[in-house]
Amino acid sequence: MTATAMEPNRLAAARDDRVATRPLPARLISRPEVGSLVGAIVIFLLFMAVAEPFRNVANVGTILYGASTIGIMAVPVALLMVGGEFDLSTGVAVTTSGLAASLFAWNFGLNVWVGVLLALALSLAIGAFNGWLLLKTGLPSFLVTLGTFFILQGVNLGVTRMLTGNVASSTISDMDGFDSAKEIFGSEVTLGPVNLKVTVLYWVILTSIAAYLLLRTQLGNWIFAVGGDADAARAVGVPVRATKIGLFMAVGFCAWLSGMHLLFQFNTVQSGEGVGKEFIFIIAAVIGGCLLTGGYGSVVGASIGALIFGMTQLGINYAGWNPDWFRAFLGLMLLLATIVNLYVKRKADLR
Amino acid sequence: MTTAIIGSKPATDHPEPPPLLQLDNVGKSYGNVHALRGVTLNVRQGEVTCVLGDNGAGKSTLIGIISGLHDYTEGAMQLDGQPCRFASPRVAQSSGIATVYQNLALVPLMSVWRNFFLGNEIRKGLLRTLDIKRMKRICDEELRRMGIVIPDLDRPVASLSGGQRQCIAIARAIHFGAKVIILDEPTAALGVKQSGVVLRYILRARDAGLGVIFITHNPQHAYLVGDHFVILKLGQVALDARRAELTLARLTTEMAGGQELEELSAELRGETGQRDGSDTRTGARSEQEEG
Repeated sequence: MTATAMEPNRLAAARDDRVATRPLPARLISRPEVGSLVGAIVIFLLFMAVAEPFRNVANVGTILYGASTIGIMAVPVALLMVGGEFDLSTGVAVTTSGLAASLFAWNFGLNVWVGVLLALALSLAIGAFNGWLLLKTGLPSFLVTLGTFFILQGVNLGVTRMLTGNVASSTISDMDGFDSAKEIFGSEVTLGPVNLKVTVLYWVILTSIAAYLLLRTQLGNWIFAVGGDADAARAVGVPVRATKIGLFMAVGFCAWLSGMHLLFQFNTVQSGEGVGKEFIFIIAAVIGGCLLTGGYGSVVGASIGALIFGMTQLGINYAGWNPDWFRAFLGLMLLLATIVNLYVKRKADLR
Repeated sequence: MTTAIIGSKPATDHPEPPPLLQLDNVGKSYGNVHALRGVTLNVRQGEVTCVLGDNGAGKSTLIGIISGLHDYTEGAMQLDGQPCRFASPRVAQSSGIATVYQNLALVPLMSVWRNFFLGNEIRKGLLRTLDIKRMKRICDEELRRMGIVIPDLDRPVASLSGGQRQCIAIARAIHFGAKVIILDEPTAALGVKQSGVVLRYILRARDAGLGVIFITHNPQHAYLVGDHFVILKLGQVALDARRAELTLARLTTEMAGGQELEELSAELRGETGQRDGSDTRTGARSEQEEG
């Protein structure tokens, strides 16, 4: 046998000179959040130029509030998309959570916190159900969560009307525990001229935790793997089912957080609310560099995507334009972001 | 196969080490399809066990059972003398069985080092943070030993060549495979030179004291490195022999179908003789034979 007598230096590698080291700019530009960062800067400059109130520092709080309500959901949705799935039921799931807390506490005359905890359990259960059904049936997440979307939408309307005879939950501001819950979910602090809602804090915390989780932990590695190639991930011992169900439950948790803010900010929840929001969350994630096919994306990017929405929503107002244009802008942003991301990926990565 | 040598006898010149992994009459059925029947296989430490077989012979099912992807429905499997039944690839892995799959089990969009440590991440500190520096260093060392230098380990695996990907997958399995390593057709998609690199690496794994299971349909490659050969046919063991009992010619013939091939060859030669008579009739006949 010839191969037994090989010398170690025969294995000492000759560097393959066809593969050049990529220059630093190319590596930077191949980060998934680059497209969204460029977009955010452009939008910022645009509204700074055309909308006078946009330049007012006091409005920073309002803009960040708008961004945070989207961002709190865009972060888990981005994680889910990196994990190879997406969720169409997120918008109405937020409403479901708010309604559940409110209706339960009000109907049984309980402390508001009991309703809040029940809503948490329900939101996590909805997430787990989405994930479980998806893995059990092998259906695409589009179909499964489209089903959940319609079910929740109908249940929201139906149950609310059944219990209150109305389209909104009853006001719970005079009930036990409301004030303490409002402190947690709907308070605000004033820093100089800027009024900051507590959701901004939650948004920043969630983004930091999720970004850390995705890039610096074992779980993050698994999320990339189950989204990139579930079979390969399973073959090397990654618990694919648990990871995916966990991601859906994370979405459920954030839907609960958003729902609680909705409830304690306005004392009451409109049962028809939330329809259409799911697309905004998904678009924010896509602008942030998440691929619809999974396995690639960024939490920070999704948060920047949410910031773009926050700026645009109010920027259009401040500029005195007709807010009808917001949706058209949404679509345009989505297309631009996808094309830019695609271009950047091809250019920087696969060379 | 009547000519098969069933049950290998211990070689006379040196005593056999006890088997690391032992399969005893293992079978696997999907409903009423018997994908694998009565497979007996001994994988010994410091030996290369070659499993040969044509497409559909049951090689993949056999790998699946050993690596924990499938459960077996008949027989018994023993690892280090202990009966075992792996519930998942993760369990098999932690028991010391590493597998390099034909599709390599690499995630294309993930970077080289993340793929290398996928499922076996090194963590540090209270927060169990990934120890990225250390993982990159180990990954680089292992790949260099394999003869591949990838200057940028953050590069996605999709941007590498087939040979480089194979090397990453094998280096990964060897790095984590404590006792038994299964290589599923590692040379099938490679050129001559890269096949040589892989075959050398198989011997390194053997010399490092691993039990190597080398799945292939290339008898030349198998004979270069193998100590023990098993040919699967239609889900059953058709030949089980040690190197001393075989020649390359014999292995090639057995692999290609043994007696059946001889019969076919005699038949085809006969037909060639008839050729001068009528070309068209022969053509039609051989088409029929194929069907």
